[in-house]
Amino acid sequence: MAALTRFTLNGQTQALSAQGIQGQALLLDVLRNQLGLRATRLGCGQEQCGACHVLVDGRSTPSCTLPLWAVEGRKVVTLEGAAKIQGQGLAEAAVLQILQAAFVAEQAAQCGFCTSGMLIGAAALILQNPQPTDLQVRTALDRHLCRCGAHNRILRAVHRAAAEWVVSFKKPSQVPHD
Amino acid sequence: MTESAVSLGAAQTPCPASLKNHPRLSSWLRFSADGRVGVFTGKVELGQGILHALQRIAAQALALDAQHIDMLPTRTAHSPDEGMTSGSLSVQDSGTAIRHACTQARAWLLQTGAASYADLPGLIDMDQPVDWTLPSTSLDTAQDAGREDLRRIFHGHADFIHDLQPEGLLHGRMLRPRELRAQLDEAVWTQVAEQFAARQVGPVAAWPAALQLVRDGQCVGVIAPSEAWADAAAQVLHRDLKWQVQPHGLSLMDSQGTWEKQIAETQVFHESGAPAEPGVSDLQFSADYFRPYLHHASMGPSCALAHWTPEGLKVWSHSQGVFALRRDLALALGMPPEQVEVTHVRGAGCYGHNGADDVAFDAAWLARQCPGRPLRMLWSRADEMAWSPLSPAMRMRVSAQLHTDHEFTDWQHEVWSQGHSARPGRAATPALLGSWQTAHPFPALEPINVAAAAGAGAERNAVPPYRSAHVKVVAHRLLGVPLRSSAMRALGAHGNVFAAESFMDEIAHGRGLDPLAFRLGLLDDPRSCEVLRVLAAKINWSARRAELLTQEGWGLGLAFARYKSKGAYCAVAAEVEVTDQVRVRRLTVVADIGQVVHADGAVSQLEGGAIQSTSWALKEVVRFDAEKISTQDWEAYPILRFSEVPAVDVHLMPGGENPSLGAGEATQGPTTAAIANAVFHALGVRVRELPLTAEAIQRAMG
Repeated sequence: MAALTRFTLNGQTQALSAQGIQGQALLLDVLRNQLGLRATRLGCGQEQCGACHVLVDGRSTPSCTLPLWAVEGRKVVTLEGAAKIQGQGLAEAAVLQILQAAFVAEQAAQCGFCTSGMLIGAAALILQNPQPTDLQVRTALDRHLCRCGAHNRILRAVHRAAAEWVVSFKKPSQVPHD
Repeated sequence: MTESAVSLGAAQTPCPASLKNHPRLSSWLRFSADGRVGVFTGKVELGQGILHALQRIAAQALALDAQHIDMLPTRTAHSPDEGMTSGSLSVQDSGTAIRHACTQARAWLLQTGAASYADLPGLIDMDQPVDWTLPSTSLDTAQDAGREDLRRIFHGHADFIHDLQPEGLLHGRMLRPRELRAQLDEAVWTQVAEQFAARQVGPVAAWPAALQLVRDGQCVGVIAPSEAWADAAAQVLHRDLKWQVQPHGLSLMDSQGTWEKQIAETQVFHESGAPAEPGVSDLQFSADYFRPYLHHASMGPSCALAHWTPEGLKVWSHSQGVFALRRDLALALGMPPEQVEVTHVRGAGCYGHNGADDVAFDAAWLARQCPGRPLRMLWSRADEMAWSPLSPAMRMRVSAQLHTDHEFTDWQHEVWSQGHSARPGRAATPALLGSWQTAHPFPALEPINVAAAAGAGAERNAVPPYRSAHVKVVAHRLLGVPLRSSAMRALGAHGNVFAAESFMDEIAHGRGLDPLAFRLGLLDDPRSCEVLRVLAAKINWSARRAELLTQEGWGLGLAFARYKSKGAYCAVAAEVEVTDQVRVRRLTVVADIGQVVHADGAVSQLEGGAIQSTSWALKEVVRFDAEKISTQDWEAYPILRFSEVPAVDVHLMPGGENPSLGAGEATQGPTTAAIANAVFHALGVRVRELPLTAEAIQRAMG
């Protein structure tokens, strides 16, 4: 029996041992194939494109090379978390929901393959810095590649979401982080 | 995307080909008892929003809310064969057919007095031909609620082919050399295969018995019970296997390369008017331009599922053409096409003939070893970069003879390039990479250039829009190049428009003329002139040009093209700042795409095309050595990032009743040319070789 990795996933406690290759399981593979959470996608497997980002303790983190054991004791949030932890007062869920609405309003994608990673990257930014400048948004999203040329729509959507977030939470610094 | 989500043919145009080929109402529409309407299309979603546009067309013609309409998956078993989803033709082809079919259904609904569409199949013969002469209601182009497919994706739905998880799924990976002609080192293979079979030493000792290693000629694949095992095994096997390759000695990395030494098939693509003897006052101009090989660089690695059942082979693919893929799969696998069913499932954004079809063969080939179980084949990032067809490098030589500043007596455009199309479904043998590498291989296909009527390939947009007494376009199709090339967004139009519009700028500068006025003086077509005039007004061209001359490193350039010489009209202005590198600060796009169906979709396509073209112009170049393509990841092949993306303003001309024209490929050529012209305006240096890097500028300065 392999060692269990305990962590919080989208607000729920997980204790699981990776199926398959012991000690080598990667978070992305566990999310997609073991837990059926497939909004997080593989783009390159080399931490270069940003498609597979998830929140780990609030930080936007590539999951394609991250060993499962490395999230022991941490809080992981994926795009599915936006719906799954609704009503639990989690800041990540609330900001992801605002981002989703803003992406719909701006039609901020063409193919959408990499959008999940961008939503996660934008959520991490807004949680850390609720009123980002254009340069700060661009810098935060520079880890995310888009081949369709939807960049300007995505930038508009993130700014729209940040503005909404500030309105929703008058004192963003007091938003609970868990 | 090589597609438009935008346009619609006017009602008085002749019967669209799609409807001529599939005249029955039942080919396009299915009415269910629960009141839902299913719409069949042969076109596929590539990220361009085509299904949304088609659904809107159907909803309006049926006078039904779009939420009652299902766009049915494109599948060889039930969809009309509408060829490839390419060339910015989908709304023109499929949209027009669907609109006629829905207009017909609406007429029958009213005629029969049926309470709802659900009753129609009981009242009329669904196999009757559609009367395409019925007048259809005019299109309401008001803002809509946006794409439902995007809403689903933003909310985390697993709608991509990569996300399918059928029961009993196995996972496949290919082990293939990075070069077309490479051969497996047999001694190494024997050793690796023996170790694999014995499973006693090294990493293989821990591998589960369910892992299978399969070889057929130069095709090697691994079947695994899980994705993790598939990746782990592929990584070890890729490290251990060796391939041998002969150096090719080619140099196609700039305009000075071995172009003229390479075997080529030379054709006069176009000649009009008569060559004149140069007059004493005629001025001669000539320049060579170069565009490198480009990667499709899809964000998602190519992926397919295959399942051999007693009835035949089922394939799920993000191909641009499910019928063409079925035909070539059947050819390659030696079975009748009726026994192959291909279903389209969306992949990452697609901009032409990428690896989608090849990976479908790989999946089918490997799944044959595990009949009864579905198998997903997934390429790695490196596979994607090395195996997907490339957009071929191009050298352009443009020469002209100017009689007066309003009259060319001669314009000659020569282009050297591999063919721009090696798509499935067209040749006598399959166009699938893996089928060229089995123990009984089919021949590797030379890419071709499609006919002028289909928009041509390397020659696309090589015929100038400007008035000239004599025009001659010559194409040299390079043969025997060991790099695989095929269609990517705009095909040859990107290189040709970059060359011709840079050339126009050079002549204007040489004559001391304003580049806009020079173009307008040589254009006869009013819609062409109008997009340029509107562009100039939007950016305050003359004043802004003068203003930027006082700002060090800043420049403003423009360019124009009518895509395929018969498609969308597009003028682009680029404002750049040149520091240690070229930074594009603003792009302004003015396009005339005729009647607009979905303005937001059109703007999205035009802007996306302009940004992709900016990336091509500034950053992208495929590098290769004697043995392999060396740009195999995003570090070696950088594309434009968020911090580098310019502001983009897109203006659509009022289309009136003009037939609609695709928007997805209109901006690529003019954007790159406008950027090059802006760099010249900023620095006074003419860069004729892409990409416009600091090194290229240095070289151009001599």
